[in-house]
Amino acid sequence: MKKTRLNAVHKEAGARMVEFAGFEMPVEYKGIIDEHLAVRTRAGLFDVSHMGEIIVEGPEALACVQYLTPNDAGKLAPGQVQYTALTTPEGTFVDDMLVYCLSVPDKYLLVVNAANTDKDFAWVKEKAAPFRVFVVNRSDEHSQLALQGPLAQEILQPLTDLDLGQMKSFTFAFGKVAGIDCLVSRTGYTGEDGFEIYTLAQNPEVIWKAIIAQGTPKGLLPVGLGARDTLRLEAKLMLYGNDISDKTTVLEADLKWIVKFQKGDFLGKSVLEKQLQEGLKRKLVGFEVVDKGIARPHYPVFAGGRQVSEVCSGTFAPYVKKAIGLVYLPIEYTEIGTEFEIGVRDRKLKARVIPTPFYKREKK
Amino acid sequence: MYPDNLYYTKDHEWLKLEGEEAVVGITDFAQKQLGDIIYVDLPQPGKVLEAHQAIGSVESVKSVSDVYSPISGEVLAANSELAQTPDLINKDPHGQGWIVRLKIKDKSELNNLMKAADYEKYLEGLEH
Repeated sequence: MKKTRLNAVHKEAGARMVEFAGFEMPVEYKGIIDEHLAVRTRAGLFDVSHMGEIIVEGPEALACVQYLTPNDAGKLAPGQVQYTALTTPEGTFVDDMLVYCLSVPDKYLLVVNAANTDKDFAWVKEKAAPFRVFVVNRSDEHSQLALQGPLAQEILQPLTDLDLGQMKSFTFAFGKVAGIDCLVSRTGYTGEDGFEIYTLAQNPEVIWKAIIAQGTPKGLLPVGLGARDTLRLEAKLMLYGNDISDKTTVLEADLKWIVKFQKGDFLGKSVLEKQLQEGLKRKLVGFEVVDKGIARPHYPVFAGGRQVSEVCSGTFAPYVKKAIGLVYLPIEYTEIGTEFEIGVRDRKLKARVIPTPFYKREKK
Repeated sequence: MYPDNLYYTKDHEWLKLEGEEAVVGITDFAQKQLGDIIYVDLPQPGKVLEAHQAIGSVESVKSVSDVYSPISGEVLAANSELAQTPDLINKDPHGQGWIVRLKIKDKSELNNLMKAADYEKYLEGLEH
């Protein structure tokens, strides 16, 4: 099992460790609910060093990224970040990811899911073959910390030479954090304001400890993968393997906003265009469980007297205090307010399609 | 750590003998594994259970776990406090977080359960 460079720090902090995507990772420190609420109301610090970092570099890097992804990477200037996907020729997902524009048109960083890093790297390498680019997997060298929550900027500013007040959402800059060279982006996977901090340094624990020291008096908590999952689901951020996969198209996942048909050719374009013309047969929707109980991944979903689907993501959401989840439903059941049933062991619970995201932070 | 006056199962339930009755809950180990508990599915009084039969279930944010009866008997009462404050199980698993009270059918079944020292040894085995 792989370990991040922060492994010892987590164990010292009393984290409960689990295997995730081949890494030994903290699932919780104090408890999922406390950690979740800390991020919503104050701040939380995550070790997400398991995430994959793939660099595409060379004179045709932009052309290559454009071909691999549905969003328009041509809109990115250096220092900008974009949410997008790696798509199959069928318009389904190899993965979802962030693209960081390091240099136009010749250097891009792809930040991918830990569980998919090897698959993605092989995919990108293969599909990039016709382009004049190098593809390098630099995942093992990178550590990544995420500082998330309304107090994130206030906590990080004293530790960095970057002017965080000038840093807009979905941008990044190079600077020092706790004296260590980093790439800092205003991004995250929680639905809160916050930063993701990448470093190649061997001692990322210096950054971790500095943020803990700076943030603890303000109510910051270290946060494990348990609350990372409940936070991202409240904000309706996708989890590959649960909500999106190579069996679901980008349009079915209700991510039309990352598909830019006018940008030129890309993998899956013709299938997605056809799907758009013909109309979707099913779509990913958010639901709440109306009866008492919690829906979990793979629980069967019933509508019109038959099983129509199974739950993708489902959990108790600590901030909105409801059992919520995501499910692909036949299009005739996707209207807000539509009721359906979820099989929870020997019972059927009533559930209802509700607007998403389940949680949206108030913008300043 | 684990009270000497309780009996324990491999599924991490505890049983406290009170005359002809038994109080049943889940152990501190079990609540730690589950994390924050948000919902407890309780049985109706009058339900007759065999040993190892599911009494109900305990749900945390992360997962759901069945609770099995350590012993055969009839449900006399369920802990109604848990409907409003399920996290009593996290806070006081061997006390206020009790789940059901049973009328014991056959006390000799207690011999199948572990004492505290054996349970602690059993847990050590699990951690390696």
